[in-house]
Amino acid sequence: MPEWVESIIRVAIAIGFVLTTVLVLIWLERKVIGHIQQRLGPMRTGFHGFLQSPADAVKLLVKEDIIPAAADRWAFQLAPALVFVPIFLTVVSIPFTRTLVVRNLDLGLFYVFAISSISIVGIVMAGWASGNKYALLGSVRAGAQMVSYEIPLVFSILGVAMVAGSLNLETIVDAQRGLWYIVLQPVGMFIFLVASLAELNRTPFDIPVAESEVVGGPYVEYSGIRWGVFFLSEYANTFIISALAAVVFLAGWRGPLLPGWLWFLIKTYAIILIIFWFRATLPRLRIDQLMTFAWKLLLPLAFVNLLITGLYLVYDWPRWILFVASVAVLAVASRLVYVVGRA
Amino acid sequence: MHGEVAVNYTAVLITAIAGFGLIAVLFVASSILSPRRYSEKKVTTYECGMLPLGRFWTQVHIRYYIFGILFVLFDVEAVFLFPWAIVFLRLGPVAFYEMVIFLAILLFGLLYAWKKGVLQWK
Repeated sequence: MPEWVESIIRVAIAIGFVLTTVLVLIWLERKVIGHIQQRLGPMRTGFHGFLQSPADAVKLLVKEDIIPAAADRWAFQLAPALVFVPIFLTVVSIPFTRTLVVRNLDLGLFYVFAISSISIVGIVMAGWASGNKYALLGSVRAGAQMVSYEIPLVFSILGVAMVAGSLNLETIVDAQRGLWYIVLQPVGMFIFLVASLAELNRTPFDIPVAESEVVGGPYVEYSGIRWGVFFLSEYANTFIISALAAVVFLAGWRGPLLPGWLWFLIKTYAIILIIFWFRATLPRLRIDQLMTFAWKLLLPLAFVNLLITGLYLVYDWPRWILFVASVAVLAVASRLVYVVGRA
Repeated sequence: MHGEVAVNYTAVLITAIAGFGLIAVLFVASSILSPRRYSEKKVTTYECGMLPLGRFWTQVHIRYYIFGILFVLFDVEAVFLFPWAIVFLRLGPVAFYEMVIFLAILLFGLLYAWKKGVLQWK
């Protein structure tokens, strides 16, 4: 079988998987948040509302697609595709197991970040093309926030690349034999999770899409399936970020007894549930707090992490020193947030 | 080696085509299935139910631009760091300290921006 035929089959499976996952995630989020708030969440369609997401998808498909008179028609219509495709492209290099991957790229880790940041352009384009003040404000906020958190995100992952000595995601998982990188890179994982929440525009970093200020941000004017594609991208991105965290920090498919793909899903869904839990618990940050946090705390923290990791590798320190030093750095940083935040 | 790269990125190309194809299918399906009834009111800009005031685009603050510049600076730096992170152990401590100096210079830039109050969202 030629390579490209195999690639097409793998991509087809990936499309099916991503769409199903998005439907499951939307249902799961509504259920989880419902139960956290002592509600039931969707109950009527199917067993415990399990068919709610397919029903919503059909509803979005048959709704009228309204293009405002003030909109820039071309950019307005293309923006959803430009948001979705980069996010979908990152699926290529995420290994579910050693064989269950679309294509194991040598630059996997770098590729994921390089590609996924293109969707920022799509969001800014959507906001600009809507010809709406709220949409424009929301999209420049989204742009500022996402580029600011992009930097700590990239630096947080660099520590992993240094320890593993590779950007190939499969090699990174293999390098975690016996010891997951959450132990060696707790600072990296912390920065990664916080910054990716900001990349996802999710609570507590949901100021670009805040309903009470900019009524949905860049997506105000969208309706029907175009809005649905934004929604699809958001949940697909949630899954991919969580999957990446599971691969890079929690050793992906590695684990005893159970098959690899199950371990991968367990770890990924554990992170997804944490993200959902944040949404139910935390209030929204102000935009000045948000930018201060990225530039004055996360970025220096990422530099410190790189320095410690580099020293550990160059001088061949025992592993526990890196662990203790990282935990100490995290403790100092969280104390700093508290003290500076109060002042 | 070249063949390998070509094969790898053929997969990426196929995925890109598949992604755009998926979106196209959704849009076409929606345009067939959904109703279309034009109305003057429906296509006005949404401003919470009021008639839209003033221009459709509004001015945004200059600080967004400054954050954009800072982003470009640090992201280019990150691109330099990725290849370094893979090979620095083979080059010995010198490579590590060279990068520390490089980072220190950039960190000085960050401190300068900090002191100038650029990072303050006020």
